[in-house]
Amino acid sequence: MNLSDYTVTRTSPAARAAAALGAIVLIALIAAPWWAGRADMRLMSELFLYLALASLWNLMAGYAGLVSVGQQAYVGFGGYMLFALTIFGGLHPIAAIVVAGLLGALIAIPAAVLIFRLRGAYFAIGTWVVAEVFRLSFAQVSALGGGSGSSLPVGIVKSLASGRSARESLSYWLALGSAVLVIAAVYLFLRSRRGLALTAIRDNELAAGSLGIDIWRTKFAVYVVTAALTSLAGALIFLQKLRISPDAAFSVNDWTAFVIFIVVIGGIGTIEGPIIGTLIFFLLRETLADLGTIYLMVLGVVAIVVMLKAPKGVWGLIRARFDLQLFPLGYRVVRHISKKDT
Amino acid sequence: MTAILKLDGLSKAFGAVKVAEGQSYEVQEGEALGVIGPNGAGKTSMFNLITGTLAPDAGRVIFNGQDVTAMSAAKRCRAGIARSFQVPQPFSGMTVFENAMIAATQAADLRGAEAERHCLQVLEQTGLLPKANTLAGSLTLLERKRLELTRALCAKPKLLLLDEIAGGLTEGECVSLVQTIRDIHASGVTIIWIEHVVHALLAVVDRLIVIDFGKKIAEGEPRAIMDSPEVKEIYLGIEADA
Repeated sequence: MNLSDYTVTRTSPAARAAAALGAIVLIALIAAPWWAGRADMRLMSELFLYLALASLWNLMAGYAGLVSVGQQAYVGFGGYMLFALTIFGGLHPIAAIVVAGLLGALIAIPAAVLIFRLRGAYFAIGTWVVAEVFRLSFAQVSALGGGSGSSLPVGIVKSLASGRSARESLSYWLALGSAVLVIAAVYLFLRSRRGLALTAIRDNELAAGSLGIDIWRTKFAVYVVTAALTSLAGALIFLQKLRISPDAAFSVNDWTAFVIFIVVIGGIGTIEGPIIGTLIFFLLRETLADLGTIYLMVLGVVAIVVMLKAPKGVWGLIRARFDLQLFPLGYRVVRHISKKDT
Repeated sequence: MTAILKLDGLSKAFGAVKVAEGQSYEVQEGEALGVIGPNGAGKTSMFNLITGTLAPDAGRVIFNGQDVTAMSAAKRCRAGIARSFQVPQPFSGMTVFENAMIAATQAADLRGAEAERHCLQVLEQTGLLPKANTLAGSLTLLERKRLELTRALCAKPKLLLLDEIAGGLTEGECVSLVQTIRDIHASGVTIIWIEHVVHALLAVVDRLIVIDFGKKIAEGEPRAIMDSPEVKEIYLGIEADA
């Protein structure tokens, strides 16, 4: 055996094909204002924001093992920051969205120090308590409408862009941009040295710690960055809605339960999972939403069946069968047959 | 020679069970030290105390002249202490090569092509190169034990702690393992090896210590220790004064 016969590669034909296809789809999506209707664009915007939330929750729960049921804390916080910064701070909405993200990171630091003392189920409950504290706190702020909430003033909405269709296009692109930003950030992070450490933590904390990985610091960083991007997505969600109230902003159902459903159905602990899960979720919602409560029951049944029959989700099934990885994170050792006499 | 590791009165108890009681000894740089003792004697706990997986109730661990007692396991590993686990702890969802890369990038702080090259070399040395792209979760027990050794070596340790890696091997596999460990030792790595397969151990180590009920009960030249009454009593149930 000669070591020089071996090389290490981080890509594959499937991944290159997926990247090319992804680029084409992305260009088509960027061009949506020219081919899609108003209602379709609204639906797609919502889909992109859910995709961003699901990818972030997956990074936390699927990789860092931080199973949070309190991410609505940051969705709501981001939404309220958008309203506060534009109404009282006089910021342009887009600047406010970015600042909301930064403030989300800032507020996540003390929250993390507090809830990182808890493990497993207690951690999950702790995150929910934090979200409830956020909800009750914002309900006290009478300048933001207290418990009944408030609407984004017309002047601020108009400052986004002149004309209704320009505003709608911009709002759509912002949603698409946030999903692309989040997926790209997650992908690049997981491919990096720190990302390798996080994947090791996902698989075995004891071994990770014994191989030089600072588990607490890695998880802390993931929590804070996730909070920042979730706040950013939250600000975008309420820029679409134009109205905010504590119950809508900090809804555990809308911003965490559905997001967990998406990740579990699609495949937890993979980048592809949340993408597939979001598509399935919206497909179910758009076809069954008229059925009212029955729709939620169907979601529940689907979740239970998938958890029992395919605990790694739809993407897990596909990967087990075809050994595919659309986002190449891994390493592959390739052996070349050395050419003799040349 | 200077001491690379010094245990100073190390004690640890879980309730009434003392897994370490006033353990003190030194390991010289470049030495190969064997550790024997009955099951439950506290051998693995001693490793946990050295690597920082367990915090002692009393005593100090001094590595390379530095008191590391308060240091986390991760920091001690980066400082140069690597171990294999008795019960293999693979990163199951990652390939063998990726398992190795984690040690090379996180513990040895190697980057890019340098890390990849180092991992390939170690995999060749431990015989896992043909399995490089296999998911660690689907390896056999023997392969998992080799993966433990691979990962520890990829961390580029100064001090290597081996916890029962020869158990369950066939005679042929054992001979090749002994050769691998000898090569590692010859390259200048200090080794502490816990092993029940005594003939494999004796083929490598310069010195032996015996642990029972968390206490060091004997220490010295391997053959002499194996013939000592204390060891015979523990292993064969022969009374020391019989």
